[in-house]
Amino acid sequence: MNLEILGMGVLWLFLYGYMIVSSIDFGAGFFHFFNKISRKDHQVNSLIQRYLSPVWEVTNVFFVFFFVGIVGFFPSTAYYFGTALLVPVSISIVLIAIRGSYYAFNTYGAKDSPVYSFLYGATGLLIPASLTIALTISEGGYVNVSNGQVRLLYGELFSSLYAWSVVILAIISVLFISSAFLQYYAQKAGDNTSYRLFRRYTLFWSLPTILASGLVFIGIRQHNPEHFSGMLNIWWMFGLSFLFFSLVVYLSYRRKRLGTAFVFVMLQYFSAWFGYGASHLPWLLYDELTIYDGFVNQTMAWSLIAAFIAGFLLLIPSLYLLMRLFLFDAAYIRGERK
Amino acid sequence: MIDYDPATYSRILTGLTLGFHIIFASIGVGVPLMIALAEWTGLRKRDPHYTLLARRWARGFVITVAVGVVTGTSIGLQLSLLWPNFMELAGQTISLPLFMETFAFFFEAIFLGIYLYTWDRFKSGWRHFLLVIPVVIGASLSAFFITTVNSFMNQPQGFELVNGVLTDINPLVAMFNPATPTKTAHVIITCYLASAFVLGAIAATKMIRGNRHAYHKKALHLTMVSAFVFAASTAAIGDLSGKYLAEYQPEKLAAAEWHFETEEQAPLIVGGFLADNQEVTGALEIPYALSILAHSNPNEEVIGLNEFPESDTPPLYIHYLFDGMVGIGIYLLAISFMYLLIRRIKPAWQYNKWLMRGIVAGGPLGILAIEFGWVFAEVGRQPWILHQIMRTPEGATTAEHVDIMLYLFIALYIALGVTATVVLRRMFKENPAAHELEQRYGDRRDDK
Ligand code: HDD
Ligand code: HEM
Ligand code: HEM
Repeated sequence: MNLEILGMGVLWLFLYGYMIVSSIDFGAGFFHFFNKISRKDHQVNSLIQRYLSPVWEVTNVFFVFFFVGIVGFFPSTAYYFGTALLVPVSISIVLIAIRGSYYAFNTYGAKDSPVYSFLYGATGLLIPASLTIALTISEGGYVNVSNGQVRLLYGELFSSLYAWSVVILAIISVLFISSAFLQYYAQKAGDNTSYRLFRRYTLFWSLPTILASGLVFIGIRQHNPEHFSGMLNIWWMFGLSFLFFSLVVYLSYRRKRLGTAFVFVMLQYFSAWFGYGASHLPWLLYDELTIYDGFVNQTMAWSLIAAFIAGFLLLIPSLYLLMRLFLFDAAYIRGERK
Repeated sequence: MIDYDPATYSRILTGLTLGFHIIFASIGVGVPLMIALAEWTGLRKRDPHYTLLARRWARGFVITVAVGVVTGTSIGLQLSLLWPNFMELAGQTISLPLFMETFAFFFEAIFLGIYLYTWDRFKSGWRHFLLVIPVVIGASLSAFFITTVNSFMNQPQGFELVNGVLTDINPLVAMFNPATPTKTAHVIITCYLASAFVLGAIAATKMIRGNRHAYHKKALHLTMVSAFVFAASTAAIGDLSGKYLAEYQPEKLAAAEWHFETEEQAPLIVGGFLADNQEVTGALEIPYALSILAHSNPNEEVIGLNEFPESDTPPLYIHYLFDGMVGIGIYLLAISFMYLLIRRIKPAWQYNKWLMRGIVAGGPLGILAIEFGWVFAEVGRQPWILHQIMRTPEGATTAEHVDIMLYLFIALYIALGVTATVVLRRMFKENPAAHELEQRYGDRRDDK
């Protein structure tokens, strides 16, 4: 394996991490709001809060890690994506800012406010939708590079089946991933009302998940046949993903081993995510930029990798501690411990 | 109407975001240290007042952290969105500390989450105290790493630029450039200083309103003792920053001091007005002081602004910013010293209204000094984004709609600023310290 692929692999892994933890986070925020207005049991929402409160800031760092890392490993992406994405990413920033801060205002502030709750519930679904534009434009065809100017072609973007299919998949995945996590969390907490609710959500969102994935395949075949045939070459990764998906649905339906079921959700997205990523290579931006011509100099690459290893060794025990105290501490989850 | 110029809008938007972020970021660097000091004092003296102090500060801190995190995310992305050409170059040379900064954030975020939710989990309070240490270290390291990036912009090194091609890159040399020692030290210590004053101002407000609860007195004392130490260090390190400028960026120092002709025994000019012919009127002149600031020697020569082509010199209004920063620095040192002095020689006046008012003013002034300092440092580096390597407009984006994005972000920051203030006020109004003390620890005799 060469450094370019190693660097991209690490970044892709963190983006995957962000996708999973932020989906739980965004979905939970949405359910928090939704359950509040539909007057579902209050218990559900305190369960959500117990999970979210200690971890939300960690979620954000996954994202920061990715966008700082990509400029470090592939400085040219700053030029191409930075220029093209000014408007969409600025909108994402505003959404992220509203979500993060109103979450804190609502949770730590003096009282629960329906307006704040709405703001962070709704933005949670819009953020993934707006962030996917970065992935969409990497397929090429949506940016015009000519005499030193990089421009995003809004007309092409908004009229593209592919772009919309990715948006739909992103939103549905958020709801699916987070309900699968919350049904497990609720069951561990011994909170039956919440468990039944989230089990229903999980099963409800499973079919749309698969339909939306199918739509993305169709979209990409239309938009970028080269990438599509690359995906066909590693069809087994997507096959695996489907297999994991079926296991999730089976286990949730039979009310069995929900922890394992959530691991399967992670594997389902892991194989699809890396299948998509691997077939995308070597292109960072189709027809303009590959990981080879966009790569940082060797000295910097090695120092970034060294920093990464050192940082990782620091993070693993800390993350372990966080999970032990809040995710795997049954008394905390049940709300018996503050 | 002015023509649309993406570089100008990028500068305004960057300045806006950084100017907003830096308020919350500085509090984010300084307050964890104060929380740690309070919790530590509480354990050492077995005094629940200090423990509650740490607890309440931490609760308010979460709100400012949230805004710090989201505005930080904002500036982090805006660097690539607004300065793509600069970041393409910077990515090759200085991305190492930026990358390490994310690990510092990670570390801080994880332990902050744990810290906030484990107050009553451990039998020994010391164990809980241990959890705040990574938060303090993480926050200060974030400040250190990001400031090395800014140092690099002021004193780029660690690479060769031959015909537009970068060679011989050495990330560590780039990171530890001549600007790094003074800049990082000054930034970190001023974060501590401003945060101590912000917290002290809250306690002093209580005194003015006649709330003489022992809890607030202890808060005032802890913050003022710390602030005095930080203020003295700030002045010392600020002096070293001046010496750094004299050696490496003499045009910035000369512009800040309206020092046009190279001369020995140079005076320091405070305030005043500048006429077109470089004539300064109405200023206070402190003889020899500039030579001392620049070289520790009243007879030494200080390079004047006229040695530089006009296209390479910064705008001259930074003089006022420099004066404002230094003036506030002296004020903060003086007022915290007064508090300590009066406490020693005339304890009856310790909570004198005027002294308390002076301390209350120190809170916003400390933040203002940080703003002045940054704008001075950044505008003083103009026209360069990378000193003598790349001019600011060359680093900027060429995209359309930067102006609309500027308005979008103005609206965002107004919303965030207003809500954060409202939430913080409500949080502490509805649950006063005395009330919480009683709830948690019962009535105590020495409270009044
Ligand atoms: C509470 C805030 C505060 C206070 C009281 C002071 N400063 Fe400061 N100063 C800063 C906050 C700051 C800062 C925000 O941290 C800056 C901006 C950029 C930087 O590196 O630090 C800064 C920059 C800065 C620079 C420019 C460094 C550069 O551009 O590389 C100099 C020469 C000084 N300071 C000197 C002083 C002196 C002599 C002070 C006298 C007491 C002083 N500062 C007080
Ligand atoms: C990666 C590091 C940084 C980059 C790329 C950067 C870039 C810039 C640029 C290009 C400007 C516009 C200059 C002008 O308008 O005259 C600017 C202004 C500013 N920067 Fe920096 N800077 C960096 C680090 C920092 C840091 C760490 C701070 C501290 C928070 C900071 C504070 C400011 C401020 C307050 C301004 C406003 C100055 C003005 O109003 O023009 N910068 N920055
Ligand atoms: C160009 C300049 C800067 C950039 C690009 C930047 C970037 C960021 C980012 C991405 C975050 C969010 C991290 C997270 O998700 O936790 C953040 C937060 C933070 N930044 Fe900045 N930052 C800059 C300037 C500064 C400066 C000058 C300081 C300190 C003096 C600082 C201190 C902090 C702190 C302490 C936080 C954590 C939030 C908190 O605890 O309040 N930053 N910054």
